[in-house]
Amino acid sequence: MEQAKERALKRTAADVRLGIIEAVYNAKSGHPGGSLSVADILTYLYFEEMNIDPKNPKWEDRDRFVLSKGHTSPALYSTLANRGYFPVEDLKTFRHTGSYLQGHPDMKGVPGVDMSSGSLGQGFSVACGMALAAKLSGKSYRVYTAVGDGESEEGQIWEAAMFASHYHLDNLVLIIDWNGLQIDGRITDVMNPTPHDEKLRAFGWNVISIDAHDFGEIEAAFKAAREHKGQPTAIIAKSTKGKGVSFMEDQAGWHGKAPNEEQYETAKAELLALRASI
Amino acid sequence: MAEAVATRESYGKALAEFGAKYENLVVLDADLANATKTDTFKKAFPDRHFDCGIAEANMMCVAAGLSTAGYIPFASTFAMFASGRAFEQVRNSIGYPHLNVKIGATHAGITVGEDGASHQCLEDIALMRTIPGMTIINPSDGVEARAAVEAAINHYGPVYLRFGRMAIPVINDRPDYKFELGRGIQMADGNDVTVIATGMMVEVALRARNLLATEGISARVINIHTIKPLDEEIVLRAAAETGAIVTAEEASVIGGLGGAVSELLSEKRPTPVVKLGINDVFGKSGPAKELVTLFGLTAENVAAKAKAAIALK
Repeated sequence: MEQAKERALKRTAADVRLGIIEAVYNAKSGHPGGSLSVADILTYLYFEEMNIDPKNPKWEDRDRFVLSKGHTSPALYSTLANRGYFPVEDLKTFRHTGSYLQGHPDMKGVPGVDMSSGSLGQGFSVACGMALAAKLSGKSYRVYTAVGDGESEEGQIWEAAMFASHYHLDNLVLIIDWNGLQIDGRITDVMNPTPHDEKLRAFGWNVISIDAHDFGEIEAAFKAAREHKGQPTAIIAKSTKGKGVSFMEDQAGWHGKAPNEEQYETAKAELLALRASI
Repeated sequence: MAEAVATRESYGKALAEFGAKYENLVVLDADLANATKTDTFKKAFPDRHFDCGIAEANMMCVAAGLSTAGYIPFASTFAMFASGRAFEQVRNSIGYPHLNVKIGATHAGITVGEDGASHQCLEDIALMRTIPGMTIINPSDGVEARAAVEAAINHYGPVYLRFGRMAIPVINDRPDYKFELGRGIQMADGNDVTVIATGMMVEVALRARNLLATEGISARVINIHTIKPLDEEIVLRAAAETGAIVTAEEASVIGGLGGAVSELLSEKRPTPVVKLGINDVFGKSGPAKELVTLFGLTAENVAAKAKAAIALK
C-alpha cells in the first residue's frame, strides 16, 4: 500500500476511534472494546472498499454492510459520521432518549445503516439474503458483514455459513473480528469456537487470515476476495480488543463499559497523540 | 358446495399464480416444500425458489435481506418453527425494521393430526400479535387463502399467514366475496349472540348457528380473517347489538383471537366473552378429524358456548 494512502487511512481510523470514545463516554454506556477492535476494518470498508454514496444512502446499486456484531454500533456510527452520512457532533447523543443513534443499529433511523442488528447471529444471515438478491437481479453490488469471534458461538452463524457456500455467494465477504475476548473472558475459555479457518474451509469458504490493524493486509484481503469466484470469502481478522487505548487493550472488562471522566481524558489524549504521530 | 381443500394447497397454488404477475416474488422453504406446498411455486419458478435446508432461523433473516433489495419473500415452514423456533429472528430482523417479508406458516393448530403436540402450534397467533406492525391473517377456506396471499403481496410490511394441513369446506365461493385486509366479514346476521370465528372455525360457527336456530336462538357469525390489525368496528358493533360474544379458533385460548377480542371489549365495551379454543394444553396424536372432536372444536360446542355467553348477559 502506498504510504500516503496508509497514513490517510490511519488518520481516519484515529478519528473513528475518537468518535467511538466520544459516543460511549457521553452515553455513559456502550461497547468500546469491540468497537475499537473493528475500527480499522470499518475505516477501510467505508473509505476505500465499498461503492457507496453518503448523499444517497439508499442508492439501490450500492455495496452493503451489515454489522452483525451490532453492539459495536459506536464503530459503525463513528465511521458513517466521519464519512459524511451525518454530523460527527451527533455521536454525543448516542443512546440518549430521543436520539436516532440507538444502542444497536437501527436502519429506520440512521442514514447509511443497511440493516438493524444487535441480536447476535442474525446479521450474517441477512447479509446472505442481500447477496442472494444481487445474484438474482444480476446486479454487481457486493455485501460485507462483520461478525464477532464470540458471536460465532451462535448456531445461526453456521446455518448462514452453509447457506452462503451452498448458493456460491462470491459477492459476500464475512469478516470475523477475531479479538479473542467475549464478555465472560477468553473465547477459548468461555466456549471455544476455534479454529475458525478450518471450520469455514470445511463449510466451503475461501478463507484469508490477516492482522486486523494492518491496512496493507486489509487491502490485500479485500482485493483477493473480489477476485475469488464461486465461493464466499471469510477474512479472519486477528485484532486487539480495545485497540488504540492502552488501558482497554485486550481487556474483557472493556467489552461493555464506558470510561469515567478521567479515563475518557486519557483515552482521548492517547488517540490525539496517535493521530498527531501519523 | 365446492370440494374441501386445505388452505396450504391454496397457498401453494396462489404463490404459483401470483409468481407470474409479481416478478419480485420469491419463495424460501426449509426442507418442507412438499408439505407447505411451495413446491407448486418451485415447479413454475425454479429460479425464484430457495431451499434453506432445516435452518429456519437463517431462512427468516435471509428473507429479511432479500426484502431490503426490493424482493417480496415468502418464507415458508410449519407454524411451529416459523413463529416458535424463529420467533426472535422474526421479531428482530423482520418486525423491528418493519421489512416486507411474508411468513407462510402451514400446519398450524391441532389439525396437523398424527404428528402430535410437538408439531401442533397453538401459540403462533399469540406470539405474532406481540410484534408491533405485524399483520396476521388466518384464512377460513381455500378461496380466502388465495385472496390473503394477494393481499399480503400488496401490503408493505411483515405479514404472518396461517394455513392448515387438513382439507376444510369451501365457504367463500360466491361472486360477491371480497377480501379486505383488516376488515372482518359478517357471514350471517343474528341478534342474541355473536360468534367471532377465524380460520376453519368460521365454517363450524355457521353450522353452530343452524343448531342454535332450532332452539330459537339467533346467532350472528363474523369471520375475522385478519386477526391483527383487528377490525374493531365490527366487533364493537356486534357487542353493542347482540350483547354476548363467543370467540372460536383452532389455537390456544390464551392470546389469540379470543385474547384480542377480550382486550378490545374490556376497554371499550365490556361484554360477556366466552372463548372457544384449545384450553392451555398441548395437542395429541390422532387423525385430524378425531382431534377436532376431542378438543371440542365442534358446532355443538360452539352452540353450547353461545348459550353460556347469553347466560352471562
